[in-house]
Amino acid sequence: MISAPDVVAFTREEELEDELCSEPPLPEEYSVPLFPFASQGANPWAKVASSKFTRDFILISEFSEQVGPQPLLTIPDDAKVSGTFDLNYFSLRIMSVDYQASFVGHPPGSAYPKLNFVEDSKVVLGDSKEGAFAYVHHLTLYDLEARGFVRPFCMAYISADEHKIMQQFQELSTEFSKASECLKTGNRKAFANELEKKLKDLDYTRTVLHNETEIQKKANDKGYYTTQAIEKANELASVEKSIIEHQDLLKQIRSYPYRKVKESDFQPYEPDCALGQADAGCDPVPAPSDLAEPGETHLYAHVPSYTPKLIKAKSAKCFDKKLKTLEELCDVYFFTQTLDQLHQIERTFRGDVCYLLTDQISRALLKQQRVTNFLFEDLSFLDEKPPDKQYRGCQELSQDAVEKSSEESSAPKVVINLGSYKSSVESVPIKMEQEMEDSHEAGMTESFTFEHQENLDYLDADIKGSISSGESIEVLGTEKSASGLTKSESQASLPVSPSPQGGRSKVGSRRTVSEDSIEVLSTCPSEALIPEDFKASYPSAINEEPYADDDEGGLRFTPKPNPGDAGGREDVSDPENLARVDSACCIGKESPNFFESLPDGGQKPCDEDGVVRIPPQPYRQVEQGSRGTFGSFPSHEGIPGGLLPSELDSRYLTGGREVSKSSLDECSDSASYISSAASTCSDRTPSPAGRCQPAERHRKKAGQNALRFIRQYPFAHPAIYSLLSGRTLVVLGEEEAIVKKLVTALSIFVPDGGVTAKPVKHWVTSPLHLLDFQKWKLIGLQRTVSPAGVNVLHALSRYSRYVSILDADSKTLRCPGYKGTVVSRLADHRTQIKRGSTYYMHVQSVLTQLCSKAFLFTFCHHLHLPINEREPEESVAARRVNFLKLQLGLANEDIKIVQHLAELLKLRYIQEPGTGGNPLLRFDYVPSFLYKI
Amino acid sequence: KSSVQTIGEEQIQNPYTELLVLKGHQDIVRFLVQIDNYRFASAGDDGIIFLWNAQTGEKLFELHGHTQKITAIAPFSSSDASEENKHLILTASADRTVIVWDCTSGRQVQKVSCFHSTVKCLTVLQRLDVWLSGGSDLCVWNRKLDLLCKTSHLTDAGISALVELPKNCVAAAVGKELIIFRLFASDDGSEGWNVLEEKRLVDHQDNILSLVSVNDLTFVTGSHVGELIVWDALDWTKQASECNFWDSSAHPDVQPEIKLSQSPNETSVQHLTSDEECVFAAVGKGIYVYNLQMKRVIACQRTAHDSSVLHIEKLPNRQLISCSEDGSVRIWELREKQQLPAEPVPTGFFNMWGFGRANKQANQAAKKMQENAPMYFLELVGDLIGHSSAVQMFLYFGELGLATCSADHLIILWKDGERESRLRSLTLFQKLAQNGDLQLKF
Repeated sequence: MISAPDVVAFTREEELEDELCSEPPLPEEYSVPLFPFASQGANPWAKVASSKFTRDFILISEFSEQVGPQPLLTIPDDAKVSGTFDLNYFSLRIMSVDYQASFVGHPPGSAYPKLNFVEDSKVVLGDSKEGAFAYVHHLTLYDLEARGFVRPFCMAYISADEHKIMQQFQELSTEFSKASECLKTGNRKAFANELEKKLKDLDYTRTVLHNETEIQKKANDKGYYTTQAIEKANELASVEKSIIEHQDLLKQIRSYPYRKVKESDFQPYEPDCALGQADAGCDPVPAPSDLAEPGETHLYAHVPSYTPKLIKAKSAKCFDKKLKTLEELCDVYFFTQTLDQLHQIERTFRGDVCYLLTDQISRALLKQQRVTNFLFEDLSFLDEKPPDKQYRGCQELSQDAVEKSSEESSAPKVVINLGSYKSSVESVPIKMEQEMEDSHEAGMTESFTFEHQENLDYLDADIKGSISSGESIEVLGTEKSASGLTKSESQASLPVSPSPQGGRSKVGSRRTVSEDSIEVLSTCPSEALIPEDFKASYPSAINEEPYADDDEGGLRFTPKPNPGDAGGREDVSDPENLARVDSACCIGKESPNFFESLPDGGQKPCDEDGVVRIPPQPYRQVEQGSRGTFGSFPSHEGIPGGLLPSELDSRYLTGGREVSKSSLDECSDSASYISSAASTCSDRTPSPAGRCQPAERHRKKAGQNALRFIRQYPFAHPAIYSLLSGRTLVVLGEEEAIVKKLVTALSIFVPDGGVTAKPVKHWVTSPLHLLDFQKWKLIGLQRTVSPAGVNVLHALSRYSRYVSILDADSKTLRCPGYKGTVVSRLADHRTQIKRGSTYYMHVQSVLTQLCSKAFLFTFCHHLHLPINEREPEESVAARRVNFLKLQLGLANEDIKIVQHLAELLKLRYIQEPGTGGNPLLRFDYVPSFLYKI
Repeated sequence: KSSVQTIGEEQIQNPYTELLVLKGHQDIVRFLVQIDNYRFASAGDDGIIFLWNAQTGEKLFELHGHTQKITAIAPFSSSDASEENKHLILTASADRTVIVWDCTSGRQVQKVSCFHSTVKCLTVLQRLDVWLSGGSDLCVWNRKLDLLCKTSHLTDAGISALVELPKNCVAAAVGKELIIFRLFASDDGSEGWNVLEEKRLVDHQDNILSLVSVNDLTFVTGSHVGELIVWDALDWTKQASECNFWDSSAHPDVQPEIKLSQSPNETSVQHLTSDEECVFAAVGKGIYVYNLQMKRVIACQRTAHDSSVLHIEKLPNRQLISCSEDGSVRIWELREKQQLPAEPVPTGFFNMWGFGRANKQANQAAKKMQENAPMYFLELVGDLIGHSSAVQMFLYFGELGLATCSADHLIILWKDGERESRLRSLTLFQKLAQNGDLQLKF
C-alpha cells in the first residue's frame, strides 16, 4: 500500500462520522476555521448533509409504456438508504435524459421491422434540489410484446457527492457497462427464445388456418369465394407475413455480434449460447414451406417442451396486459449476475471519493512496482483483467483544471469539473449527430474564468427558460462508448483536423439549449480522451477496435522505449540517470540520511504540518515514464556529476510516504512523451477493487490484532524483527484460537517470497521439519502434553537455530535480539493509532519504505560488483556496508532486514519464469535470548 | 546429559548460512559421489541414482535401472583426452547387477548381470583403464565391460573394501583378512589381464571395516574392534599398529561402569581418511588424529558426536568435517596447543576402552613424547543441523558448499550465504543487461 495514513487523513470506515462527532470540542484557540457546513453538525466529509439519502445507492428504473418512468429496485435494497429521497421523481428525471439513438420499427425502404442495436448512453446529471448527483446508464432491452419491441431501462449510481461521480465517471462507466452487457446478453437470449416460441405459434396457426382453408375449398364447389374464405385467406397471408417478420427478427438478434462478456462468471453459459448461435448461423433460416415439414422439428430441439398455441388474428397490444418484469426479460442467471455486479459496484464505490482516488492511485503505482511489490502487498488485484477496451473513456484529467477546482468555491465547480473532462459545455440533441461533434471540436479557447462566467449565465438562462420542468436537472456529462458495433458512427464523428490550439489546452465550445429543459453540460464521447495532437497523427486509430494492440501495454510499461518518444523520454530520464549514479558515487559524501529529507523543489503534497493540501488526483499513466522500470538504468561511467540525494529520494522513494508530485509534474511537461503515453492511457485505468472486499476485512482484523499484540507484548520488536529478517517465527500454544489470532496479527509483517501464497501456516500439530522452515515463515504450532507433543517440542529445540519461538501460553519469546530503529517505528506500543485498518496502512507505509531501500540496495550496481577488475571483494563489501549505514541510514539489525528483503528481490528477479525455483533457507548463527513479560 | 562438546548458536567460523534441500529419494541415501566440478550423484536404498547440480541444487537426471538398493558407486571418468570428457558412473546393486551410466545424457550405457553375488565394492584403476568389482570374488573389467579375469570364489562374506596399491596391486579386505592381488598382463599379449593372489595378511582380530591408501608407500586399515594398522604398500609389512592399545590401553581415569556400557560398536573404526601427515579415524563416537611420523595419536575428540561417526573428511584448511548417526554434521579445526597443559591429554588412542588394567608405561611413553612434539586438539568450529536422521555421508565441494545425505531421504546442500548472495547479485545484473533493462547511456 503506497498510500500512507498521513496522506489520506481518514479511512473508509462507516463509523468514522459518529466517532468524530462524539469527540469533545477543541478549545477555541486551537480551532481551525470551520468547514462551511459545520454548522449542521457534520464533518467536512459529510457532504450528504443536503441530500435526503444517507449513502450512495444504485437505482434501476424503467420507462414503462404503461405507467411511465418508475423505479424498479435499489441497491442496496434497504429503505433506509434512500430515506426520504423521492425515487419516483428521480426516476422521471433520469429517464428523461435518454440519449440512446434507439429506433425500432419499419425504417423507410425496409420491408421488415429492424432491430436497432442501440448503444448504451452514459450521462451524468445533477439535481441540486434533491442534492443528488447521478451517473445514469441507459440501456434498452428487447421485448416482443413491448411497443417497438423495446423496453428502455436505466441504471443510476446516485451520490450526494458530485465530485465522486465526475471523477469516477470512467470507472463507473466501465463497471456499469459490464452490468449492462450482462443484462443485454441475457435479454438477447431470452428474446431469441421468445421469438422461437412465437414462430412456433405462428407456424402452428398457419397450419391450422391452412387446413381450414383447404376444408373450405373442398366444401365449396360454387366456384367463387365466400367472404369467410377471403377472410381466412387474408388471415393466412398476415400470418405468413408475421412469420417472415419474426424470422427476420430472429436472424437479426442472433446475428448480433456476440460480444463476449469478459467475466469468467459468465463463461459457463457461453458455449451454450455460442452453440445455439452457430446453429442459427449455419442453417439458413428455413423457408415457410419447409417449416411445415415434420422433419424440421429438430431445429427447435432445445425447447422441446413447448407446445405451440393458436394465435388470434388480432392480438392487439392492450394496456391491461402485464408487462414482463426485468427478471423475465433477461435470463434469471444473467439477472442475478447483473445484480451481483451491481452490488459489487455499490461496494466498490462506497465511501469518500478521496479514498477511492487514493486507492486507485496506489493500486496503479503498485502495478508498476513489479520488482518489489510482491513483498508485502496483496497482489490479488494484479491478476484482474484489464478493463474492457471498448469502455475507454476520459481518464485524462487535465491537471491544472483539477488544481483549480480545488481552489474554487463549490458553486462554480460544476463547470470546472466539466473542464476536467472536456472543458466544454455543449448541448447534445437526443441523437448525436456529426455536426455536433464538429461544432464542439471547433471550439475556441477562452480564459477559464470567463468561460465559467459565461456558462453560469447560460445556466441561469436555461433554468429560467425551461418550461416543462423548470427545475434543476443538469446533465453534467455523457459518454458514448465507441464499441465495435458503432464503428462507423464513431468514425464519422471523428474530427480529422487537429484542434488549432493543439496539445491539451481546453477546448471551449458553443453551447446551445436543447428543446427540453434539460441542460447537458458536457458530453464525453470516447474520442475526447485522446489528446488532440494525438488524434491528428492517428486519425484512423479509433476506427479499429481501439488500441487492441495495446493489450500488453495496458497494464505494464514496456521497458523498451518507442523510438517515437525517445526525445521526450530523454528529458525525463536524464536526471534520473544522474540520480542513479549519485547513489553509487556519493557514498563517501556527507549525506548521512538522505531519506529523511524531502524534496525542496516542486510542489509538495504535504506541508510541514502534514496537512494534505492537494487532494489526490486520478492516477495518470504518464508517471510510468519515470519509474517502475529500468528503462534507463545508467552505467556509472561517463555521466559526470550527480543530483542531490534529496532529488533521488523524491524520485525513487516515492513509494514510501509521499506520492511525489514533483516527478509527476515533470513528466507531464514533456509533451512529446505524453502523447505517446496517452495513447495507451485509457485502458490502463485501474479498476477499483471491489473484489478485495474479504481481503480488506482481513486487513482490518489483522491490523487490529497486530495493534493489540504490540500493546500487549513488550517484546513485540524482536518478534517482528525475526519475521522481517526471514527467520521463521513459531507461535506455540495450546489453544488454536489464540494461536491463530497471533498468527493473523503477525502475518502482516511477513515478507512474501513471491513464489506461492504468503508463507504463513496458521495451525500445525505435527513436529516441524527443516522443510517447514523453508516453506513457512510464520507457523502456529500446537502444544500438547501427549507423547506426540514431546516430539513436537524436541524437534523445535533441535532446530532452534532456525526459528524464533513465541510461547502464547507462558508469554515468552525466544529469538535473537534487536537493537534497530525501523521496527520501533513500525510497532510503537504507545502509538495513537486506534483502528486496525489505519494501523495496517501505517505498517504498509513503513514496509514500503523498507522495500524501496531494499530496492535501491539491490539494484545499485557497484554495491555488489567491483568497479574495476582489480578491486578486491573487501572494498566492495565495505562500500556495501557504508551504503547501508550512511546512505540508507540503517543501524544494527535493520541492515539485516534490508539485506533479507534484497535477497528476496534478487531471487524473484533472477528466477526463471515457469520454474518454481528451489526454495532456499537462509539463516544466521546468532545467539537467541529469552524474553519474558 | 552428554559429554559431547557443544557450540553455541554463535558460530563465526561456520560459513554455511544457506541451505537447499534436495528431495527425490524415497529411502535412505547412502552414497554421494562427485562427478566433476559441479555435479554429483547420489544413491541409496531406493535403487535410484540422482544427478545433481551442486551449485543450483537442480536435479539433472533421475536414473532408474536397479531393482534393489545400491551397494557401491564409483565415478569412471575417461582418462582419454581425445574423448570429449565423458563422465561415466558405475553402480552396483543388491540385484546383482552393475550398470554403467552416462552422466552427460543420463542414459544407461551398459548393464552387467552375470554376478553370483552382490557386488559390494567397485574400484577404478585409471592407470590401467580397468575397473574391479568385489563381491564373493574379484573381477577385472575393461571399459567396454568385458570380463578380463576373475579370482576364484573367496568367501561368502565377500570383499568389503578394495584399495589400489602400487605395482598393479590391490588390497582387498575380506572379513578379517587382507588379501593382496596383483594384476599381470596376460601372456598372449592381448588386452587381457590375469589376477593372482600375492599375500594374505591376517593381523586383524576382527572384520576390517575401513581401508584407505595414504600415499604410494603406505596404506591403513581399521577393524571392527578398533585396531588400526599402518602397512607398507610395497612389501605389505606392518609399519605400525595400534592393536595393543585397543586391547590393553586403559586409562586410570576411566570409570569402571563405562566398561559395562562399552560395546564393540563404540570402538569400531567406521571410516578412515588421511592427508600426507596424518590419518584421521572415525572410531565409535570419537575422532582420532594419528600422526604417521610420530606414530601416535596427536589429537582426539573422544565423543565428537552423540552416536557413531559415519564419515569424516579432511579439508585443505586444517579443518575436519564429520557426520554421524545423530543427524548432525560437525566442523572441527585441528589446532596446536600453545602450552602443555597440566592435565594428561589423551595418551593413547582408545584409552577409554579399558579393561581396568592401568598401563603406566604407556602413559609415561606418551608423556615423554609430549615433550618433544607439539600437541594438537580438535576445536569445534561449527555444526550443521538439518537432517532428522543419521547423516550417512557428505561430499565437500570446496566453495560450492557441502552436500550431505541422510537416512531421512534428503540431501542437503549447505552453502556459504554471502558467496551465494554475491553470485545472485552478479546474475541479477547479468539478467538486467540481458533484458535490456540496463541500458548504457552516454
